[in-house]
Amino acid sequence: MDGIHDMGGMHGFGKVEPEDNEPVFHALWEGRCLALNRAMGAIGAWTIDEGRAGIEQLPPDVYLSRSYYGKWALRLQNMAVARGLASADELAAGRALHDAKPLKRKLTAADVPGTLTRGSFGRQAPAPARFKVGDRVRAKNIHPPTHTRLPRYARGHAGVIEAIRGCHVFPDSTAVGGGEDPQWLYTVLFDARELWGESADSTLTVSIEAFEPYLEAAA
Amino acid sequence: MAHDHEHDDDHRHGSELSEMQLRVRALETVLAEKGYIDPAALDAMIEAYETKIGPHIGAHVVAKAWTDPAFKRALIEDATKAAQSLGLINRVGDHLIAVENTPKLHNMIVCTLCSCYPWEVLGLPPVWYKSAPYRSRAVNDPRGVLADFGVTLPAATQIRVWDSTAETRFIVLPMRPSGTEGWSEEKLAALITRDSMIGTGLPKQPHEVA
Repeated sequence: MDGIHDMGGMHGFGKVEPEDNEPVFHALWEGRCLALNRAMGAIGAWTIDEGRAGIEQLPPDVYLSRSYYGKWALRLQNMAVARGLASADELAAGRALHDAKPLKRKLTAADVPGTLTRGSFGRQAPAPARFKVGDRVRAKNIHPPTHTRLPRYARGHAGVIEAIRGCHVFPDSTAVGGGEDPQWLYTVLFDARELWGESADSTLTVSIEAFEPYLEAAA
Repeated sequence: MAHDHEHDDDHRHGSELSEMQLRVRALETVLAEKGYIDPAALDAMIEAYETKIGPHIGAHVVAKAWTDPAFKRALIEDATKAAQSLGLINRVGDHLIAVENTPKLHNMIVCTLCSCYPWEVLGLPPVWYKSAPYRSRAVNDPRGVLADFGVTLPAATQIRVWDSTAETRFIVLPMRPSGTEGWSEEKLAALITRDSMIGTGLPKQPHEVA
């Protein structure tokens, strides 16, 4: 979706402001919020891409004005309610009022070390890769209203296949409950002048990780 | 400016604090009472990110690469496998990719779409990495971003920005500072900052840790 989350190349957000000796969490609730979200992912309540889509669907003003974990809390609440795992009256009351919906598994403290590793998103390839290293490709000019990992700034622009990263779960599909639909994943390298015009930094190249359906052969 | 921004952030966090505390507490209570999650599991997760998983892991990986050419080759070939071989963590997630800085090339990592970051080797990302200024500017004004970090690269240095738009994750292998010949891995690791492994900083110089 062409949302506010797709920020690459936008102007007006000001300077990057690093914080010296930044703590891991700035408040206790941030840690609880991170862990709650991770736990719900670990028990299979939603996939990583459904979760990302949940953040992207926050209204733009909310997205920009909430802190990072503030957005995570809203996402968790929205998704738990949408999936019938919690209801608005329960969240208002601060306690469970209705029977639980059965989920596949529960996360215990003993399971936690396993959740600290990212899952594997590589899958068996259903077909040979369409492109090879060195091929010139163009990122398609597509604007799906649902979750995609093709950033706007790359769309319509030509680059070169620099690496083939294997066949991976396709976010555009799994985010909408369409199954994993594995697709080849490529590192595609763009010259900054192709992306940003002649005034771009001539020493700059930018790469994206692009799934095969995002790409077409370029002349 | 930095002070003003911190002030704004404090203000924002302050106004959000009680609301968020209540909201997150209600979510945790309801989801725990329903049996979906165990608060003890949340405690264990928070403890791991606060005490066990952080940039010290990446720093060991880089220090090893600086001192062991065979390891460095293995790291560039397959960073997942190489980092795991050090036994610093349970298991490194799939598709970790190490990108090497050279005198001619400087690498920088961003996630313009969200906050993808190599958690297993660097811990949780700092706020600035997840912020709109970094995510918007890294891909078209990396030298300006570097200036915000007080870093200036030679005008001729090529800059390569990696946008983490899939489940591949990147760690920068920074250049080893001169004047560190004969240093142990442990001593070298003290030079390797988190930002130098994201590409928004450079390793410390020997005199800074002497």
